[in-house]
Amino acid sequence: MISSVIRFSFLLILLALAQRATAQQVRVVKWPELQTLMSQATDTTYVFNFWATWCKPCLQELPALEALNQAVRGQKVKFLLISMDFVNQLESKVLPLVRSRKLTCPVVLLNETDHNTLIDQIDRSWSGSLPATLIINHQKNRRKLIERPLNFNELRVELTPFL
Amino acid sequence: MLLFMKTKLNPPARLLAGLVMLLTLGAGQQPVQNAAAPLANPLGYGIGDAVANFRLKNVDGRTVSLADFKDGKGAIIVFTCNHCPFSRAYEDRVIALNQRFMSQGFPVIGINPNDPAAYEEDSFENMKVRAREKGYSFPYLADETQEVARAFGATRTPYVVVLKREGDKFTVQYMGTIDDNSQDAGSVTHRYVEDAVNNLLAGKPVGLNTTKSVGCAIKWKTV
Repeated sequence: MISSVIRFSFLLILLALAQRATAQQVRVVKWPELQTLMSQATDTTYVFNFWATWCKPCLQELPALEALNQAVRGQKVKFLLISMDFVNQLESKVLPLVRSRKLTCPVVLLNETDHNTLIDQIDRSWSGSLPATLIINHQKNRRKLIERPLNFNELRVELTPFL
Repeated sequence: MLLFMKTKLNPPARLLAGLVMLLTLGAGQQPVQNAAAPLANPLGYGIGDAVANFRLKNVDGRTVSLADFKDGKGAIIVFTCNHCPFSRAYEDRVIALNQRFMSQGFPVIGINPNDPAAYEEDSFENMKVRAREKGYSFPYLADETQEVARAFGATRTPYVVVLKREGDKFTVQYMGTIDDNSQDAGSVTHRYVEDAVNNLLAGKPVGLNTTKSVGCAIKWKTV
């Protein structure tokens, strides 16, 4: 009896550890770090998706991004979900959502408050509304900002010319 | 593109230019150095444009029109709503703007452009509740047809347009965000709307007349 309790507790601890290992962390980043990533001279295509937990259409778009990320596995494409949530809602809003949806795309929270400067630095054609998706491939000299939610097929169509 | 915004185009030409702009953006051939200049609202009013009168229902049950403000020096139009965290973060600052500038001839006019079918929190009943709870000292109008938001080229909340009145004509002097820190009012360094209104009160040029911000995309009714 005791041994089975011990065995069960051990199993629980293992499960908890496994959970911890897979649960995604969300790093808080500032613009210079993101800028470096966005301007890297590389043949990898980057798909940056600007979203927030309070943005309904963003949440509706997430499954399509996740699915496309899976669909292009093995190709030189990297996805990054950039949360524009307030930094004080990282623990209360962002992490719970990232974990409950088991997001596999990496997620960062962009902690910048001067949006007027930031938005033009990211892309001058962006008005600032969410969601927005920015696809960049430096080697192909290609860059596109799409300022509306996209479904899986639309995303794939947008990504294809970059590959 | 600033040139475009300053050029006076008649409405069809503006629409056409906006469409061309959208098509160009859609072509996917933008250079990596993003040289394209900003255009927050290709189909809305630009700086210097005269604004058409509007009549909308206020939370007190009365109808408010822009022409009602013919005795002031202008108006601070704030597209806002109940549900949006950015609007909520700015709510006290909007109330403060009205307290400060109404007496000086620039009252705040709050307008909720959202489709309440998308966000129950933005229904007319909930607008009344919010205005009462927070003691709004300014009109809070429901843009049920969303025509006013479209005319102003609003895409998100909160979105502010400062108008100057000359005779019975109101012209656009500033469009954009309230200040440079949505998260923390205490850390603001640039108060764009305040600066614009203060400059107008002093008879000076507005200076920085267009700014951007992240905000909640306005939910348009499906046609």
